[in-house]
Amino acid sequence: MSVAERVRQYILENFLFSTDTSLLGQDESFLGRGLVDSTGMLEVLLFLEETFGIKVADHEMVPDNLDSVNRIAAFVERKKG
Amino acid sequence: MTKSQGLSAERALALDYTTEIERIAGKLRHALTHDLNRRGLVVAISGGIDSSVSAALAVRAVGPKRVYGLLLPERVSSPQSTHRGRMLAEHLGIEYEIFDIAPALEALGCYARIDEVCKAVHPGYGAGWKNKIVLEGGLEGRYNHFKLVAQDPTGKIHEARLEYRQYLMIVAATNFKQRVRKTMDYFHADRLNYAVVGTPNRLEYDQGFFVKNGDGSADVKPIAHLYKTQVYAMARHMMLPEEICNAIPTTDTYSLAQGQDEFYFGLPYAQMDLALWAYEQGRETSELASALGISEEAAQAVYADIEAKRRATKYLGGAPILMGNPSSGS
Repeated sequence: MSVAERVRQYILENFLFSTDTSLLGQDESFLGRGLVDSTGMLEVLLFLEETFGIKVADHEMVPDNLDSVNRIAAFVERKKG
Repeated sequence: MTKSQGLSAERALALDYTTEIERIAGKLRHALTHDLNRRGLVVAISGGIDSSVSAALAVRAVGPKRVYGLLLPERVSSPQSTHRGRMLAEHLGIEYEIFDIAPALEALGCYARIDEVCKAVHPGYGAGWKNKIVLEGGLEGRYNHFKLVAQDPTGKIHEARLEYRQYLMIVAATNFKQRVRKTMDYFHADRLNYAVVGTPNRLEYDQGFFVKNGDGSADVKPIAHLYKTQVYAMARHMMLPEEICNAIPTTDTYSLAQGQDEFYFGLPYAQMDLALWAYEQGRETSELASALGISEEAAQAVYADIEAKRRATKYLGGAPILMGNPSSGS
């Protein structure tokens, strides 16, 4: 499973209580949807750090890196690369 | 106000305090008689400006004999807070009591759970250390998150970001403090047939800086429409003791001194007042930037943070969400 697929599955199961992929587009903004607030983002960070073995620095906690499935996937790939 | 005048807190937050005090006092009396059917008011007095002005307004509304003051210190409360609270109660001539809630908090595991988190984040944490949590991120365009700041017995400061479970635990444990205090408020309100006064100012009320079923719970909130700047001005107008009028806003919740700005708002209250006012009035971020001496980008982040806090805390003040209409016939 790709990074994007794992992230999407996690967001769907934990924030939408569903496995229906039609409920969340890969580029949809979490903030725009009101899906992930600042506490929710801490939960997402924990998932990323535990699942992909990366460490997210304070200055990296910006919407450009974390506000959609594709943004997170790209961010994780950069961190792992 | 025109744009060319620029933003001025003095103009924006100007208020006729004599009229406003009488208006609030009248509304409090009306609420007691017509909405609550209670005979007086209970006010928890922290020693800070908000509860002091709320208590003074309660006295203005129903007189000192119908206001009961509660001072509810715990292990990390500043002795200065209790000193100022006592001074206020005596200044107002109300009956009051000091009740230490530390044994209740101890029994509930509040302190042990906070210490557990502190030890997990800073492994050397133990006797003689102090702690607080500090908000970061929102005003720099990042996601809001909290750092745990700990001071060891030598005075050295240690800082680390709280991860998800640690953040939830320290907030949940700390919220015991506001919830135990509210339990005491309602005990006295019930035994006296009084109503409970909530003491949030406009910043706190608007931005969700309160604990659900803790300090957010009350029967009346007499200053929830007033900016903090106006609360200070009202305190001076009501000639409250100078020491109270000059009290610096703190949370008085963590063992290290903690300003409300570093805990929640990000900006000092006077700037935050003006920012919220400007946001509410639909003023351009360039005007706010100029008034506060910050970049327009930073002003945009302030507006975005106001919106984010409103979204994140909206549920705190709402009624429970029902799954159907209990008033309907079906």
